[in-house]
Amino acid sequence: MTYIVKPKNHHPLLEKNELGLTRRDYEGAVSTLCAGCGHDSISSAIVEACFQLSIESYKVAKLSGIGCSSKAPAYFLNQSHGFNSVHGRMPSIATGAAMANHELLYLGISGDGDSASIGIGQFVHCARRQLNMTYIVENNGTYGLTKGQFSATNDLESKNKYGDDNLFPSIDLPSMAIQLGASFVARSFSGDKEQLVPLLKAALSHKGFSFLDIISPCVTFNNHNTSTKSYDYIREHNDALSRPDFVPSGKEILTEYPRGSSIEVPLHDGSLLSLEKLSESYDPTDKIKAIQNIQESQRDGKVLTGLLYADPEAKDLREILNVSDKPLNKMDQKELCPGSERLQDINSGLK
Amino acid sequence: MDTRYLFKRYNTWWVKVAVPKTLRSELGYDLRQSLKTHDLDKAQELRWQVVDQLKAKINQTKGIAAEGTLEVDSSVVNYVPATDTTNPQYYHKVVECQHACPAHTPVPEYIRQISQGNYNEAYMLNWESNVFPGILGRTCDRPCEPACRRTRTHEKAVAICRLKRVTYDHKDDIAPLIPLPEESNGKKVGLIGGGPASLTVARDLVLMGYECTLFERDPQAGGLMRTNIPSFRLPEQVLDEEVNQVLDLGIKTEFNSEITSMKKLLEKDFDAIFVGTGAPKGRDINIEGREEANDNVHIGIDWLTSIAFEHTKSVGKKVIVLGGGNTAMDCCRTAIRLGAEEVKVTVRSPFDQMKASEWEIEDAMGEGIPIHDNHVPKRFIVKDGKLVGMEFEKVEAVFDENGKRKLVPTDEDPVIFECDDVLVAIGQDNAFEWIERDIGIEFGEWDMPIVDKVTFQSSNEKVFFGGDAAWGPENIIWAAAHGHQAAISIDKFCKDFDLYQRPEPTTTLISQKMGVHEWSYDNDISQAKRYLVPHADKRDALKDLKMEVELGFDEITALEEAQRCLNCDVQTVFSEDLCIECDACVDICPTDCISFVHNDSEENLRNKLRIPAINLNQQILVSEQLEQTARVMVKDEDVCLHCGLCAERCPTGAWDMQNFLYQEAKVYS
Repeated sequence: MTYIVKPKNHHPLLEKNELGLTRRDYEGAVSTLCAGCGHDSISSAIVEACFQLSIESYKVAKLSGIGCSSKAPAYFLNQSHGFNSVHGRMPSIATGAAMANHELLYLGISGDGDSASIGIGQFVHCARRQLNMTYIVENNGTYGLTKGQFSATNDLESKNKYGDDNLFPSIDLPSMAIQLGASFVARSFSGDKEQLVPLLKAALSHKGFSFLDIISPCVTFNNHNTSTKSYDYIREHNDALSRPDFVPSGKEILTEYPRGSSIEVPLHDGSLLSLEKLSESYDPTDKIKAIQNIQESQRDGKVLTGLLYADPEAKDLREILNVSDKPLNKMDQKELCPGSERLQDINSGLK
Repeated sequence: MDTRYLFKRYNTWWVKVAVPKTLRSELGYDLRQSLKTHDLDKAQELRWQVVDQLKAKINQTKGIAAEGTLEVDSSVVNYVPATDTTNPQYYHKVVECQHACPAHTPVPEYIRQISQGNYNEAYMLNWESNVFPGILGRTCDRPCEPACRRTRTHEKAVAICRLKRVTYDHKDDIAPLIPLPEESNGKKVGLIGGGPASLTVARDLVLMGYECTLFERDPQAGGLMRTNIPSFRLPEQVLDEEVNQVLDLGIKTEFNSEITSMKKLLEKDFDAIFVGTGAPKGRDINIEGREEANDNVHIGIDWLTSIAFEHTKSVGKKVIVLGGGNTAMDCCRTAIRLGAEEVKVTVRSPFDQMKASEWEIEDAMGEGIPIHDNHVPKRFIVKDGKLVGMEFEKVEAVFDENGKRKLVPTDEDPVIFECDDVLVAIGQDNAFEWIERDIGIEFGEWDMPIVDKVTFQSSNEKVFFGGDAAWGPENIIWAAAHGHQAAISIDKFCKDFDLYQRPEPTTTLISQKMGVHEWSYDNDISQAKRYLVPHADKRDALKDLKMEVELGFDEITALEEAQRCLNCDVQTVFSEDLCIECDACVDICPTDCISFVHNDSEENLRNKLRIPAINLNQQILVSEQLEQTARVMVKDEDVCLHCGLCAERCPTGAWDMQNFLYQEAKVYS
């Protein structure tokens, strides 16, 4: 908890984006999370990504459930829409909102408790349906808000702060997401903004369900030396697949890689995610290989990060359901309720 | 307001770029160029262009340097070593107002005392450093204010000088706080001149038990503070109080006793002699008609002196003041108060390059006095033996490649101004006719004594110089700074110590953390604009030579203004062994000062920070290599607000806010 008001004063050379806004214009309130919480770094990476993409804050809806992670939307984009839902029910709210108005950018912030425990059913169907949103799990492997019990993503046999063993295997959310049909799946680390920010930008630009599992150490309850989600452990075991570089639509690729060592993933809005390969067998468009990579690194005791899987061609929920281009919330009563004659037509068609 | 690379000298903005250490033998310490304007907006427009030019010059020299040397193995990378913060000068430079003050007055500390209502303590902090808080709070040239960090975060400097005045105006009886002189040590020091330099030396030495004798040609001590600064700027009572505070410590005074022979004085029983005679000779102007007009042409500082001692009580109806310095501003404002009806100032240079402080020019113009720039005086016009006017030639300033100014006549007709009296305020010189040239005091250029820049000792080891007498006209605050150093030297000299072994400053660094979220300093950054000092009603002020124009802040405004101070003396102290590299400080810093990057050469390091640290006048704080990622923490001190958010958001206490108090060494302890 911080009581100091963040001064408005900023660096005189602070950059401006295409909208004439600075990074500071994308901030929210000063965080009330514990000092050093990985979630704050993620908030800051979201601020950076939205700033760099020149996103208009009022066209974003931030949605969350319950938990430390779900408090985070208060700390970025303070001019966006927001909805803090019931525990684990953020996907339902997101689905409803997106169906009513698909013109907003949907950014769901959840945690390992919110998504892998109480809300896992919601998460599963949201991924399966290809809802056009960016779904972020701020994964710290612990129930921080209730004082540090094991969560479902905590690794088997890792000890908690008080020395107790975790008796159950962890749920690997990215593997699940890939299997369920999510079309953009990545894992990153709150302490590595060089990787996180381009991935976030790509996720926000991707059409369809973008899932980001971000390891975010809990400094208070899960940063001890027997934890597998601590700053130290992740830095030591981080196995990055690729070094991502987000190239906005219409911009040239400036980084040069040796031949054959890079992969480009074009996104539907014309932007590009250019990836420098760090592993031979890396191919983020191959679903089977993606799952294999995750399994192998898990076996080797590593934490695989980077873009794991992407299918830029996949259809999103709106396309699958063939929903009208005009958002439902912009239709007047006549359009939404075309009258009894039309109803009779439908009914007769069903006879 | 952004004033990086810019600094002001003689009312003109200059650009300054630091030269890399390796090139200093070729290019000097820094490169600078005048922007020839006093308009900050204009200067800001021109700045980057000039910065690029100067950088190009550095790069060019680098290229030449590179050709001449062997190719360096590219695998050898130039790293910046971790900053040595135990060097007292590192954090001192961060407290820029204090660093810029010649006497190194602990500015943020006394401002903090003001905001806590401790006026006596605030006054004493000033008294220790600059001896004359009440006087300087009204008359200082304020080198601290352009250095204020607020100027680099889009705002005006804290009104430091006027807050200094607050400490005088609102203090109680401080007599019990003034230290008592030690018992006499039997050593005798003679001081020539009763101005700020001599008074400072006398104060410092008398406290050490020296027997000090002050010789002053005027009937009272104070020097230029009494004779040249009019009482509407510096009331006599303030001057008397602070001068007597020093004299009452037990200094012997000999007033009305001008020293006419240094030789004779040296024969007397003094262990050391300090010369603080200032620059007492006003420059004259030698143009046609000068002699004929003599009765109505006055040398500015002499004229002000005769007013101070009430020998002169009137002036003609129409007055011209020649010159653009602070003396000229004092002359014209005094003339109006003596009843002149039409006063004008003429100055040779363009308005932008006038030497007077901006606020003094503003005050003069505010009193309705016109300033005619680019006017070079050509002759006095005398009719029937009486001065009736002056002729001026109009010029414009042209700068050559080296930035040297030349005043070139324009083709316009000469300008004639009518006048009854002319006040010449075109500069001051030193006058050392009274020092014989065969007594071991060597003289150099411009007939100035050769004085050691560190010890203030002349080539006669018993004789020390300081204030304007040492290297020509400066400001009161410089005289005080010189005085402290000269006193240290005299003490060492009398005790047979090495004069070059200067005493170290005293520094303390104390954590301000009191609880989980409690800090013992006020870190809320005030968003208030600089408060203006109220002025006396102009109609009354112009009638009364002794009525003080500036009224000073009342307690509430002083408190509000004090709150604007950013507490630059509360340092962000970083401990790399505690850091877990969670990025919390990077994310929260409102001015993006903190970066974690891989070490590199200083130039590269400065460029790869979150926002490049391109202001080379400002230091970067570099940590040791961090354990986890082998990066280093780099903090650009340039625009750090000292808000403490980095320390507040740090989970391990790797950042701490610590109050750094730097006190320049004095001869007494």
